[in-house]
Amino acid sequence: MGTLRYAASRLLQALGLVLAVVVLNFVLVHAAPGDPVETIAGASGGMSPELMTQLRAQYGLDRSLPVQLGVYLGKVAQGDLGYSYFFNLPVTSMIAERVPATLLLVLSSVLLAFFAGTALGVLSSRRPNGWLSQFITVLSLVGFAAPVFWLGIMLVILLASVFPILPVAGMRSIDSAGGGLKDVLDVAHHLVLPTLTLSLVYLAQYSRLARSSMLDVLGSDFIRTARAKGLADRVVLYKHALRNALLPVVTVLGLQFGNVLAGAILVETVFNWPGLGRLAFESVLRRDYPTILGVLLFSSIVVVVMNQLTDLCYRFIDPRIKAS
Amino acid sequence: MNKLATMPSVSAAPDAPAKPALRVEHPGMEAMRMFLRNPAAIAGMAMLLAMLAVAIAGPWFHPADPFEIKAAPLTPPFSEEAWLGTDYLGRDVLTTLIYGGRATLLVGAVAALLSVLIGITLGAFAGYYGGKVDAALMKLTEFFQVLPALLFAMVVVTLFSPTLVTVTLAIGIVSWTGTARLTRAEFMKYRGLEFVRAERAIGARDARIIWKVILPNALPPLVVSATLAIGAAVLFEAGLSFLGLGDPNQMSWGLMIGSSRQYVLSCWWAVAFPGAAIFITVLAVSLIGDGLNDALNPKLRER
Repeated sequence: MGTLRYAASRLLQALGLVLAVVVLNFVLVHAAPGDPVETIAGASGGMSPELMTQLRAQYGLDRSLPVQLGVYLGKVAQGDLGYSYFFNLPVTSMIAERVPATLLLVLSSVLLAFFAGTALGVLSSRRPNGWLSQFITVLSLVGFAAPVFWLGIMLVILLASVFPILPVAGMRSIDSAGGGLKDVLDVAHHLVLPTLTLSLVYLAQYSRLARSSMLDVLGSDFIRTARAKGLADRVVLYKHALRNALLPVVTVLGLQFGNVLAGAILVETVFNWPGLGRLAFESVLRRDYPTILGVLLFSSIVVVVMNQLTDLCYRFIDPRIKAS
Repeated sequence: MNKLATMPSVSAAPDAPAKPALRVEHPGMEAMRMFLRNPAAIAGMAMLLAMLAVAIAGPWFHPADPFEIKAAPLTPPFSEEAWLGTDYLGRDVLTTLIYGGRATLLVGAVAALLSVLIGITLGAFAGYYGGKVDAALMKLTEFFQVLPALLFAMVVVTLFSPTLVTVTLAIGIVSWTGTARLTRAEFMKYRGLEFVRAERAIGARDARIIWKVILPNALPPLVVSATLAIGAAVLFEAGLSFLGLGDPNQMSWGLMIGSSRQYVLSCWWAVAFPGAAIFITVLAVSLIGDGLNDALNPKLRER
């Protein structure tokens, strides 16, 4: 199968998945007890039955379910995710406003975890039973077992009361003038703790993965050949082994990247980071269904896109892989 | 373990070379012996048993209401009124630790069981039947893998009011995909092997082949993944209740951390202790999981 046809079929599958998420969104809202109008009535502290009937007609809730689904699908296809009950703003613009903050946090955490994890993995693979290998084992246990929000709060305690050098909440200082180098430094300063927290979890995974992948590759025949023909240790390690050992790490990184977005919810909540995760959390607390469903749909689309990109990249990096 | 000990002899590690000269030990017994010789796994077992003992028997020795105000707010730990201090409302941290563990452990265990049951059933059907069944079930799995788990669980819990049951269901529904893929791979591995074909030749029904013939052989990696699923479910529950989306009438470790978050600089103990409890529980479970992995999959042990 040609790469183009393969890409087209993957694209179709991706569209199918997104469509399924949209339908699921619709089903969930309609399966839940009560309807949006009741929620609005509850939020605004009581409403007359006439007004509720009028609102139901206005939102099209009095029509049959298949018709409502059709209308909803049509709107989503046009990029219209409805209005937030709480802010009365289009959900799409609210999401767009929050994406950069989350992207910044996620990118910096994942990149930090990737580089540090790979370095740890490579260094420890030289001595499979050395202290660095044991450190990675401990790190991966701690990284899995410690709740990320707890780690974050513990870092706050440590760095706010013991060594008060880093800001523990928000993305900018209150007196930030906005714009310029000073602003960039301010944001970077606020970014340190959330990034450190979020990257710990991924660091634990990547270092373990990089280590076992390196050990795998170092045991293979072409490495023995490279050593046998007298190549320097450095060349064998970094040019021959690392390049091949990185494949699984890159794959996991790509597949996880989409999910990190949602994984940032807990860290964003701890550090009051004004990103997508906090938007999801706030709209859940306010029962702002259009917004929360919008965030769910958006995050799912990001996951789908990242999965497809990883898949395509993987085929590109490793030509031996052919679609089954 | 019992399940392994009663495995039919046909299924005893089909690819292990037979060495009739040696005294043959039952694979279940050997795994048990290896597990018991692993100090990390034993430590994990001890930690988990201690946690369970406190959660089950604690309220019996220490009857109290975890939501009740017991001493002055922000009493530091190691004082006489409250051993582990009180939170910003004056609730006793030790009491909330004991009672909070019940909800967290119960939800974690039941949700993990649910996710493993869904995963094994769907994975077994997909791997055994293959073809269209496999394609359809894998589409479903892919769909659930695309949904961001925490976000989806948040939506479900919010839409259908947060109770212990909805939280458990939400966690179970979003976390079965890994088990399903693993089970499928195992079933595809065994499906064409001789002992399965022989069973089919003597006219065994599909249900018997799936549950009685293949599943016992596929069990070792599934046991490991089920153990890790408990840890993941405990973390998941803690995350949800930290966000305030757990059952509001049930004290839990995550809820304690979430509600004391704003006051953490004046009472670190109300966050540190429940978090440490979650950490120890999940650590215990993953140490047990690692131990089981070493004991049940000895071929991977060199790593």
